[in-house]
Amino acid sequence: MHSSLFTPHMKLADLIAANHNIILLLPRFNIPLGFGEKSVREVCQANQVPVDFMLLICNLYSFDHYLPSIEELKTIDMRPLVPYLKASHDYYLQERLPHIEAHLNHIADRSTPRYGTVLKQFYADFRSEVAAHFQTEENYDFPNLQRLHEGLRPQPGTCAHQDQSHNGLVDKLNDLTQIVYKYLPGNVLPEETMELVFDILQLSADIQKHALIEEKILVPYFAWLERSVK
Amino acid sequence: MNPLVSVLIVEPSEIIVEGLSAMLTDTKRYHLLSPMHDAEALMERLPVVSPDLLIVNPTLLSSASKQLSAIAQLRPSMPVVALVYQYVASSVMEHFRYVVDIRASRSAICAVLSEALDAVANEGETVEQTENYELSERETDVLVLVAKGLSSKEIADTLHISIHTVNSHRKNITHKTGIKSVAGLAVYAMIHNLME
Repeated sequence: MHSSLFTPHMKLADLIAANHNIILLLPRFNIPLGFGEKSVREVCQANQVPVDFMLLICNLYSFDHYLPSIEELKTIDMRPLVPYLKASHDYYLQERLPHIEAHLNHIADRSTPRYGTVLKQFYADFRSEVAAHFQTEENYDFPNLQRLHEGLRPQPGTCAHQDQSHNGLVDKLNDLTQIVYKYLPGNVLPEETMELVFDILQLSADIQKHALIEEKILVPYFAWLERSVK
Repeated sequence: MNPLVSVLIVEPSEIIVEGLSAMLTDTKRYHLLSPMHDAEALMERLPVVSPDLLIVNPTLLSSASKQLSAIAQLRPSMPVVALVYQYVASSVMEHFRYVVDIRASRSAICAVLSEALDAVANEGETVEQTENYELSERETDVLVLVAKGLSSKEIADTLHISIHTVNSHRKNITHKTGIKSVAGLAVYAMIHNLME
């Protein structure tokens, strides 16, 4: 038993007080704000979310040492995994990436044209790389996991993504922050630049946790289901 | 027991190489790499042989400060000891922290080598951390080629250096700039006006 993890009886508000990033996870579970003093269990019940799955994600986001074994995963209701991951993708693609892009373009347009152009190009390439990566997962891994949940065998010729391409995405986000705060001339919109750096750092931390969930939860869980269906 | 320290001697005189090698082997602390006789061989082979300690005759260095800084780039934590038995200009000697004179006693020579090794061991990581973070000329050359999309192998061929050296430059570039991806390095190169 992990002594220092979040449990179903804790107040949801206390989880957020301990790690404010959890507030960003609520929309991915369709949990609205305004939950008052309710416990995690109560809030989850009211919103039809399996509490053990919700806690799995909150604990992964909050405790770096926490990584459940496959034995633990077997006891958890994992049906919300794909909808959760899909909701995360949508949040990155439809909200965070366009928001950061608008910010970045605004700064780039007021910078020296040659810097502005390369910076915008870098970001546009990064954004399409992210979109392509998510698309592959949504086209292959997610439907196959659904099939396995229904007791069907996965489509042949496809596999749970086991590549290291998440690292590449996180590296690029980190590179972008370095470029923005170290190498762009500092006299261009300094307040907005700092906000932009914080936005990128926040997204980078979020995507690192997302990658952890896909690599250390989705992949082994997928492999286990695949073995048990055969 | 500590592993043997591998020593590279760069010295034209065979008698001196043989004598010094025999003396150091006796101590059972040092392992002697095949000696070299000129600076060209040293610069070419250093990345491959990677000694822990370099003993070099300073008269072989045509431009001591330049060559020593190139050596430090390649092997930042390897002490370099000057081996002297003739007159060497002070403008050359000032670049060396450690000097052994072949007329000195066996124990005096060993003491200098130990001192050089200990100093590096104590400085440890901080040697690299206190270095300046500006890219060297060679690192800039490599950066530009990386930004143009060349592979390490292609860069090695273009600059006539080993792929190992290219990779070590790439590591230093990332360490100094904080940028890992090729696309990020390309932006860095553009912003710094390094691209044609």
